Amino acid sequence: MTTILAIRDLHVAIGHHADATNVLRGASLEVGAGEVRGLVGESGAGKSMLGRAVLGLLPANAIVAAGSIHFEGRDLVAMPESERRNLLGRRIALIPQDPMTSLNPVKRVGAQISNLLRRHLGLSKRDALGRAAELLVEVAIREPRRVLELYPHEISGGMRQRVLIAMAFACDPSLVIADEPTTALDVTVQRQVLQLVERLRQRHGAAILFVTHDLGVVAKICRTMTVLHAGRVLEEGETVDVLAKPRHPYTRALLAATPRADRPAEALRPVPPALIEGLWAEARRLDGQLAMAAS
Amino acid sequence: MTDILLRTGSLSFAYPERAGLFRRASMHEVVKRVDLAVPRGSVLGLVGESGSGKTTLGRLLVRLLKPTSGGIQFDGVEIGGLDEAEMRPLRARIQMIFQDPQSSLNPRLRLGTTLTRPLQVYGRLKGRRDRRDRAAALLDVVGLPADFVDRYPHELSGGQRQRAGIARALALEPDFIVADEIVSGLDVSTQAHILLLLKDLQKRLGLTMVFISHDLSVIRVLCNDVAILQHGEVVETGPVARIFASPQHPYSRELLAAIPLPDVEPGWLDEPSASAIPHQQGSAA
Repeated sequence: MTTILAIRDLHVAIGHHADATNVLRGASLEVGAGEVRGLVGESGAGKSMLGRAVLGLLPANAIVAAGSIHFEGRDLVAMPESERRNLLGRRIALIPQDPMTSLNPVKRVGAQISNLLRRHLGLSKRDALGRAAELLVEVAIREPRRVLELYPHEISGGMRQRVLIAMAFACDPSLVIADEPTTALDVTVQRQVLQLVERLRQRHGAAILFVTHDLGVVAKICRTMTVLHAGRVLEEGETVDVLAKPRHPYTRALLAATPRADRPAEALRPVPPALIEGLWAEARRLDGQLAMAAS
Repeated sequence: MTDILLRTGSLSFAYPERAGLFRRASMHEVVKRVDLAVPRGSVLGLVGESGSGKTTLGRLLVRLLKPTSGGIQFDGVEIGGLDEAEMRPLRARIQMIFQDPQSSLNPRLRLGTTLTRPLQVYGRLKGRRDRRDRAAALLDVVGLPADFVDRYPHELSGGQRQRAGIARALALEPDFIVADEIVSGLDVSTQAHILLLLKDLQKRLGLTMVFISHDLSVIRVLCNDVAILQHGEVVETGPVARIFASPQHPYSRELLAAIPLPDVEPGWLDEPSASAIPHQQGSAA
């Protein structure tokens, strides 16, 4: 399997100089062509930040302090901004977390999808709208022609998420970053959306970096997974192995603390606070070493 | 005979909905003829997806809303039709814990003040010294250090704020608590602590609870019984172990099957569930 994404020793900090906070502390991971890799972590793990770093959409006050992000052989960190922008939506796409704020509220759904197709694939206006309708059919939206004429506020949250999924796969990207795309959804809708993502992935042949806090979602859709905490990779491997035989104590603790509908309360073991404190202490020690080396 | 603390009979709630400025408002029913019985000292889980009416039902049970029809019996007293003044003596016995402690704790008050405000309102405080002691004791019950009395909500983590929310609900030593999605926004490592704390408190204090959640796994951990809601109706209710092992209603089955358990399960994504469920099309969510 060819590696399409290789992140090496990535350091990202927010803020400047003395009061900068590290959010990624030497994270490394690889995604192969067509692979679905889960990037799992709790809040503050840096998982969304890593996804944004790949997309080149880090917040304005964040900097890549060290490391590289090779996509299809080229380092995105060193790439000029204009080139990078051309990749976005074309070779690397995003399924965002919040379907409510991720579409332009003053443009019709059809215009938003067709603009993307015209910009990246050079389609005519007419062809782009035709293709947009086909894409809506792929995400199981009935009456696609009618929906193309609507504004985002005129469609439901579930349908908006479908439109965003259609847009992510529209230009046959080789990598899709899915940033907690089902977190706000009900379980039955979540399942439909996961099924859709998997179907489109197969049809369009993309790899997915699936950012989530939910070990259940990872188990269902990701073949491989990476566990992130405090900006560091603690464990990675085939999902089936990591979930059945987690090697890192943190992964083991997370699994034991996840309530399961098929097990009674007695099976639940909260994460020992000392374990979390220990991991953060280690992260701070790393920060100290880096600061020493830099000065 | 089981001792039922809270019982509802054909409980319904509707609000008027206008289709247009000059049209007559039609009634939109969000809770429909709900019959529930919560035995003293037990926990009932209310589970459903968005729009199922679970939050509205919870607010009816604590009488933050007045039923359109049907009744609510609390400890043998019909409370469905009581007005605010008549409810007041009962308010101390019925408490609610809200989903978002960030917005339900007053950001300008120190925790000590927030926790003892209910005691003050009900005239159960004996001076300044008592206030501090009572606040510290409440913090201790939920596993927070006594010096948190001087802290403001923004100085707390999400899990600590939720503990504070629980402490406030316990201040008046209620018999009955409704908890609405109180672990939804929390990380797994925090969530399990809060769940086990609640379970321990419930047992230790003999509390009767209604625990509202969209998350069936969480319901499994905390509840004795569960009621599954869809479009404002209870489609199935019974002991948690039985319903989870053999759900009878098609919607219960669908809901349970949709939970992604953290086990690899080839084929989970292939099943044609998408076609079986009506699309969420038309109205904006």
